[in-house]
Amino acid sequence: MRLLGAFEKDQLPWETPGVDRRDFMKVVTAAAVAVGIPFTVAEQMAEAAVQRKLKPSVIWLHFQECTGCTESLLRTSHPALSTLILDLVSLDYHETLLAAAGHQAEKCLEETMKANEGKYILVIEGAIPVKDDGIYCKIGGRTALELANTVAAKAGAIIAIGSCASWGGIPSADPNPTGATGAPDVLKGKTVVTIPGCPANPYNLLGVVLQYATFGTLPALDELGRPKFAYGRTIHEHCPRRAHFDAGRFVQVFGDAGHREGWCLYKTGCKGPATHANCSVQHFGEVVDAWPIGIGHPCFGCTEKALAFRAPLHSTVDIERPTPPDTYPPIAAAQGRISPLATGVAGALLGAGVVAGAMASRKMETGAPASGKPSGPEKEG
Amino acid sequence: MSAHAHLHAPVGGPLWTRPFRILVGVFAFCALFFVYRFAAGLGASTALNDGYPWGIWIAFDVVVGTALGCGGYAVALLVYILNRGTYHPLVRPALLTSALGYTMAAVAIHFDVGRPWLLLRVPIFPHHWNLDSALLEVALCVMTYIAVLWLEISPAFMEKWREGPPGFLRRTSEKAAPIVDKALPWLIALGLLLPTMHQSSLGTVMLLTGTKLHPLWSTPLLPLLFLVSCLGMGFAVVVFESALSSGVLGRQRETPMLASLAGIMVPVLAVFSVIRFVDLGLRGKLGLLGTFDLYTGMFLIETLLFLAPAFMLLSPKARNDAGNLFRAAMVMILGGAVYRLDAYIVAFRPGSRFAYFPSFAEMMVSLGVVALEVILYVVIVKHFPILSAPGAEAAVRPARA
Repeated sequence: MRLLGAFEKDQLPWETPGVDRRDFMKVVTAAAVAVGIPFTVAEQMAEAAVQRKLKPSVIWLHFQECTGCTESLLRTSHPALSTLILDLVSLDYHETLLAAAGHQAEKCLEETMKANEGKYILVIEGAIPVKDDGIYCKIGGRTALELANTVAAKAGAIIAIGSCASWGGIPSADPNPTGATGAPDVLKGKTVVTIPGCPANPYNLLGVVLQYATFGTLPALDELGRPKFAYGRTIHEHCPRRAHFDAGRFVQVFGDAGHREGWCLYKTGCKGPATHANCSVQHFGEVVDAWPIGIGHPCFGCTEKALAFRAPLHSTVDIERPTPPDTYPPIAAAQGRISPLATGVAGALLGAGVVAGAMASRKMETGAPASGKPSGPEKEG
Repeated sequence: MSAHAHLHAPVGGPLWTRPFRILVGVFAFCALFFVYRFAAGLGASTALNDGYPWGIWIAFDVVVGTALGCGGYAVALLVYILNRGTYHPLVRPALLTSALGYTMAAVAIHFDVGRPWLLLRVPIFPHHWNLDSALLEVALCVMTYIAVLWLEISPAFMEKWREGPPGFLRRTSEKAAPIVDKALPWLIALGLLLPTMHQSSLGTVMLLTGTKLHPLWSTPLLPLLFLVSCLGMGFAVVVFESALSSGVLGRQRETPMLASLAGIMVPVLAVFSVIRFVDLGLRGKLGLLGTFDLYTGMFLIETLLFLAPAFMLLSPKARNDAGNLFRAAMVMILGGAVYRLDAYIVAFRPGSRFAYFPSFAEMMVSLGVVALEVILYVVIVKHFPILSAPGAEAAVRPARA
C-alpha cells in the first residue's frame, strides 16, 4: 500500500487498461520463476520494476531470419506477455512491430541510440551474411554487417535471439551461399548472450532482459554465451519420456504401438541427448506439450550448431553425458541379515560337537567293556 | 510280552550327576530364549524373512529331529516285519528316542509357527483340511505317530507303576496294561505305516517348491530319498545311542548286536547313493557337479558323508570295532542331517535378494529343545525299564532258535 501511494502521480506500466499492479507483480514473478530464477530474486525484480519505473530501451534488429522468434514471442498467450514485455521494456525499434516506416524508422533508431547510449539492449534476430562484404542483406541501404557493428558498439547488452543470430541457423546451412554467420562471430570481443532455438523460447529472453533491467547484470553464461539457467542441461536429462529410455522402451517406427504409447523417440532420431535447451521443462507459449517431443516428434536439435540443419533428421546421436539411473529401485527390499554372533556360535557349537564326538569315540575304543560278562550274541558269534 | 520284564531294567543310580547338572544349566539358559521367542515374536527373535519362512526350527528340529527319531521305525521294521527277534532289546530304547524326538519336533513347531494356538485346529477341524497338502499329511501323521509312539512305549512305564505304591498310577496301569497289550500289534502296525508316510512327505514338501530347489536336490524321487535316508539315520541313531549310553551310563556294551545292525546300514547307505546318482544321470543333471559352486560342494560333502560310513562298516571286523562303529554312526547321522538341512535350507533358493542364517536366539531354542530331549531321556532311562537288562539277550535267544 505504501509503495502504491508513491506511484500515484505518474502512469505506470500496470496502469494501462486491464492490468493492475497485482497482475503485473504476478506476471513478472511468474515469468522470472518460469526460467529458473529463484522466487525471492523474482520478487526483487518485480519490486524493482515497480519502484524504478524501469523501461530499458530495446533495439531489435532483424537480419537473415524468418521472424519466427518474434512471432513466438508475440504468441506467448497466458498471461498476456506480449503486452507486458512491450510495456516493461521500451521497445523503441523493432522492424516488425514499428508503426513508423522508411526514413521515420531510421530516425527512430538513431535517436534511440543517441538517447540511451551505453544503456540500451540490442536484440539481434537473424544471421548476418558476411560474404562479399555482406551485400546479401541490407536495411535502409546499410548491410546487416554494418548495422550490427554500429548498433552493437554503443549497446549496454547484446542478445542474439534464435539459432540464426546465435550461430547462423538455417541460412548458414550448407552450402551457405551468403556466408551467414552468428552475431558472436561478427561482434568479436563483445559479450553476446545467445538464446538459440528455432524459435527461441521467449521466456529465456524475458529472463535475461529482466535480470539486466533489474540488476544491470547478465546471467551466468556457458562458453557459447548461452544462459546456463536455460541451456545448462540437455533435453534428455529432463525429458518426460526419459523413463521409457531407461526402461528400453523405444519407438521403432512412427505410428507403431510404442509411438502411440508415448515411448522414447531416441531411435527415430531424437537429438535430445545432445541438445542443450530447456524445452522439456519450459514448453512454448505456455501450451502444454507445445514442443517437438511433446507432440510425438523427435527433438531435432535446433539449438545446436552441430545438429540442426546439419545432422539428418532421423539419424541417432551419441549419448552425451550418459546419466543412467545408477540404481533401479528394488521391487522389494533385500531381506535376511546374517549376524556375526550367530555364525560364530554356530561354528563353536559345530566344533564342540565334533570334539565331543571324537572324545566319545576315543572312549569307545580305549575303555574296557563295562561288564566282564560277555553278552549273548557275542557268544553266538 | 511278559518277557519285557526280564529284557529291560531301569539304569538307576543318582540323577544329579555333574554332566546332568551341566545339561540342566544349558537348558535353563536356552529356556530364556523360549520366553524371548514368545515375548518378542518371530521377527525379533529369528532371522526368518519372506524368502525363508522357515529356518532351523523346521529344518533341524523337525526334519532332522524326526529322522533321528526314526530309530523306533527302523528297529521295529527289522524286528516285526523282518522278524529279526535278536534286536528286540533295542526296540524300547529306540522307541523312547523316537517318542522323545518326535515330541520335541512337535514342541519346535510351536516355536516356528506364528500362531501356535491354531495348531489345535489341524486335528479338530477336518472340514478345513486341504487334502492335496503335503504339510497336512505331515501334520496329521506326526500328531498321530507321537501318540502311537507313547502308547508303544507305555508298557515300560506301566511295568514300573504296577509294581509301585498303590494309587492312581498303579490303578490306571493295572487297568490299561491289558488293553495296550491287546492293541499293541495294531499300534506297531500303525507305528510302521505312519513314518513311511510322513518321512516321504517331508521330501514331497520340498519337491513342491519346484525350481526354487536346486536341481541336484529337486527330483521326483525326493520322497524316496527322504524315506531311505531316515532309515539309515534311524539305524545309526540306535547304534549311536546304545554305544553312548553304554559309555556314559556305564551299561554293558551291545557291540555284537550293534555290529550286525550296522551290517544292515551298509546296503541302505549304498542304495541311497546309487538312487541319487542314477536319478541325476537319468535326469541329465550330472553335469551340474562340474560347476564347483556351493551346491556342488554340499552335494559332494553329503555323498562323502553317506559313502564313508558304508566303507567304514564294510568288513565284519570293522563292524565289531566299537570305536569305528560309533564313528561311522556319527558320520551317518551327520550325513543325513546335512542332506536334510541342504534340501530344506541350503539348496532352497527363494531369490537372490533373500539370505538366511539362523539367529543366535534360533540356535539357542534348538539347543534348548535338544537339551530338554536328553534330560528327559536320562530321567526316563534311569527310572523306567527301557535299556536292556544284563543277560537279557540270552533270554531271547532260545525263542529265536
